Amino acid sequence: MGLSRNVNLAAGLRYKGQGPMLTFVLHRIGGLGIALFVGIHLLSSYFGGTVGQAANAIYESWSFQLVIFFCALFHAINGLRITILDLWPKLIPFQREAIWVEWAVFIPIYAIAAWIIVNNGIAG
Amino acid sequence: MAKRTLPLNKRGFNFESQMWIFTRLSALGMYLFILIGIIGALVMGARTQMNMADVIRWGIMPQISHVVNTNVTDTVLWESILWKLTGSALVLLAVSHGVHGLVVIADDYIASKLGRQIVRLISMVAMASFTFIALYIVWK
Repeated sequence: MGLSRNVNLAAGLRYKGQGPMLTFVLHRIGGLGIALFVGIHLLSSYFGGTVGQAANAIYESWSFQLVIFFCALFHAINGLRITILDLWPKLIPFQREAIWVEWAVFIPIYAIAAWIIVNNGIAG
Repeated sequence: MAKRTLPLNKRGFNFESQMWIFTRLSALGMYLFILIGIIGALVMGARTQMNMADVIRWGIMPQISHVVNTNVTDTVLWESILWKLTGSALVLLAVSHGVHGLVVIADDYIASKLGRQIVRLISMVAMASFTFIALYIVWK
């Protein structure tokens, strides 16, 4: 199937993809985080009872919310950038600028949300 | 400027291409439904004391058990067929988008033919299960 890798893990980790590679990796991590959260949320809603309460306790904790909000917000904003660039390929030369815009949107929204989540979490 | 190496009519439109475009369009579809949920909440009286958690609840899965704890004047309105259909559409888009995404990630790390077939089998079972459970929750 022609699928054998021609780079080893160490070489892969040294790959200097810079900003676009970082967004690629974070997009995947974000997608996995969302899938995990939605999976737990669905099962807890469906089963209810002690199983549901145990699952609720996981995703209602402020530390989990910090992580899952990062995953969801980054995946949503980065996904919008990917969709726009892919559907209008003439914009692809401006990919790096688009990534800067993406961070400029993401950082303030996430920072405010994280501050509120942590504040509420610590205050109970 | 970026140039395509092949014209569209010579590139072919196989399953991979179809899922590539589906992933983009389903993302746009989800943004649309999220926007509809938030606008719907505003139309139905959610205008004051909003917070981010409420807005997320209205946007992502606008159905009765999700919005019951938010600042809306009358949750009965969320029991209508319109919001159940909106929720169902969002479920179908989200599950297919998400499961396909998981398959794409798995394919990057599982190279054997058998491994990929197993991943596809698991993904089909997961997609059917999650769709059933989510639609049951929306319509019960």
